[in-house]
Amino acid sequence: MSGNNKNVHREPLTDAQLLMVISIGIFAAMYLGAMVTLGGGFLKAQQIFDLLNDNAALIIISCALTVVMIGGGINISVGGVIGLTVMSCALFLNNCTIGSDFVTILLTFLLALGIGLAFGLLQGFLVSYLEIQPFIVTLAGMFLARGLTTILSVNPVKVTHAGFLALSKTKLKISWLGYVAQNGNLIPAKIEIGAIVAVAVVLIMWMVLRYLKLGRNIYALGGNRQSALMLGINVKKTCFSSYVISGVLSGLAGFVFLMHKPAGNASVAMRSEMDAIAASIIGGTLLTGGVGNVIGSFFGAMILATIQKIIALSPLNASWWQEMANGAMLGFFIMLQSVVLSARAKRRGKLEANQQGHPKKE
Amino acid sequence: MLKKKKIADFGQLLIPLVALAILIIFNLFRDLSFFSIGMKVNNSGNIVLTGNLISIIDSASELAIIAMGMTLVTAACGGQDISVGAVGAISGAVFVKVLQGMGNITVGTVILAFLLCCLATICFKLFNGTLVAVFKIQPMIATLILYSCGRSIAYWINGDATPQLNSPVISSLGMTIPGVPVPTPIFAVLFVGLLLFLAFKFTSLSLYTQSVGINKGAARLNGINPTLIQLLSFVLLGVCVAVAGVIGVCRLGQLNHKTLLVDIEMDAILAVAIGGNNLGGGKFKLSGSILGAYIIQMLTTTLYAMKVAPVNIKAYKAIVIIIIVVAGSPVVKSKVTALVNKIRTKRRASTIQKGVS
Repeated sequence: MSGNNKNVHREPLTDAQLLMVISIGIFAAMYLGAMVTLGGGFLKAQQIFDLLNDNAALIIISCALTVVMIGGGINISVGGVIGLTVMSCALFLNNCTIGSDFVTILLTFLLALGIGLAFGLLQGFLVSYLEIQPFIVTLAGMFLARGLTTILSVNPVKVTHAGFLALSKTKLKISWLGYVAQNGNLIPAKIEIGAIVAVAVVLIMWMVLRYLKLGRNIYALGGNRQSALMLGINVKKTCFSSYVISGVLSGLAGFVFLMHKPAGNASVAMRSEMDAIAASIIGGTLLTGGVGNVIGSFFGAMILATIQKIIALSPLNASWWQEMANGAMLGFFIMLQSVVLSARAKRRGKLEANQQGHPKKE
Repeated sequence: MLKKKKIADFGQLLIPLVALAILIIFNLFRDLSFFSIGMKVNNSGNIVLTGNLISIIDSASELAIIAMGMTLVTAACGGQDISVGAVGAISGAVFVKVLQGMGNITVGTVILAFLLCCLATICFKLFNGTLVAVFKIQPMIATLILYSCGRSIAYWINGDATPQLNSPVISSLGMTIPGVPVPTPIFAVLFVGLLLFLAFKFTSLSLYTQSVGINKGAARLNGINPTLIQLLSFVLLGVCVAVAGVIGVCRLGQLNHKTLLVDIEMDAILAVAIGGNNLGGGKFKLSGSILGAYIIQMLTTTLYAMKVAPVNIKAYKAIVIIIIVVAGSPVVKSKVTALVNKIRTKRRASTIQKGVS
């Protein structure tokens, strides 16, 4: 997938870009459809910020998974790491007595990143240097994280640290995007810090994957490990780095989650790894590696969030309808991807055959 | 030559066997009574075998059955099915629905319900299989759809959160048949295992499955229909899932679509990996996966016996799993072999020197 050349605008879209464009288009169509049929909240700008606020952690772990999946791996421990981070940060905040509020929050932030980093380092080492199947390694990672969470505390832990609660309530207010409530007060649009962090992570990861050597190495590794090795890329180190990045991002997602809901619970972010995988796939990342884009994953996560919102507002508000809608949506995207990609592959095969002057038999 | 091949075949089972042996030895030192087997009269007046070993073999039944099916899918498609738990819940829901629809629960209606269960799970698995074999989607992604909505479908079929089934037929299927001291699920494992063993021993199916898993294109050029083989592996998994779902329902005498076979997909994949099978497809050993299933259950039961709280078990399990997979990893294996060879050559050199002097 060499879509990074400067003459990209002259070439047709690459597969990954096409899939991403499809997912952005569907997100737009879905959102417009909701605006027309459901109206209400969807007509306000706040709705889109709410989607970001509520799903900041999901967006971040989708990025984490996209990076690993582009490198040809998988990481299903992200949800578990979020759970562990949330629980340990909540306990730390409640029991830490050193320093001022700022120092405590900084230490908590470092703790969150540290937990993510530790998981990333361990899993990266096992996957890349000991060549164990990533699914099993990260499955064990998930078990470990979930088990450690319940060892820390079985009961929910509410954060009582005043400074952190103030931070979690801090919101960026944009008055011109607000709306006038029934009593005539102007209610400005509110954006949480977590949402800003999530968008920043998406942009940073997009830059890293597109412009840094590491990012290009990850694409090369996922595309074809053997060729990457022959090109002189240190495949083990690249693979290791992709897991470390995803680990750190999961830790960050845990911190963001805690800012959104300042309470630790053993069932936090349960099964969110599958949502993140779904978001990546909807955004056009292939599990085989080498193809993908974090912007696509961002829109994938937003599509899942929008479905959730639409079902919550529609008369079908029940958890099983939501799960079924998610499943149906995922199925639709997977079929679409398969059909689009195979059609393109066929056409490309024909084109190449014509250029070479001898039509292919098949 | 033949001997060498046999050793290579056995090598796959070495790590799981060693792991099992270590678990057994650990338990021997910890508490001898762990292995005691006794006879007891249960609530319904039957004489049954009791003891940790029996309970391990009994409660690993669903896992062992699903692990067998998972091995076939893994071997043929090079990926794992993560929807087995959800489809198992659907199987249980269909079973309960049919039995409730019929009114009375007799052996005949149970068999009919079971057959309908099989039909339902095979349909769902064919859906997965078609996505994998025809549309060329990676198995994990293709099964993610049913993973996320399967339990909702199970709920939808019944509409009731926890329907009950009270009948001696159900309890004899889930626990013990009157007069037979061994729990019935063990017979189900033996039956399914034997069927699969015979099917793969006396037909070319095993060879076909492996060749499709190793190289689909080459298999096709050699006259094997890869689509058919992959679909077949999913159908067999479907039957395994149906059996496991029915056992799960009968064991409790009730259906809870949220907890029936929950998280079994992860354990089943783990069993396949612990059994030394390559998760990327190709060569496989059903016995390895069954062994893996019993290792996982033995580990869980050992931890329970050590008074570890059920919610914390996952963490200890994870550590043991990491140790097992590290021991079985190709890099560690090759390092160990190199070390052994080095020692051997040194020893040989020293004996030769001794002989010379």
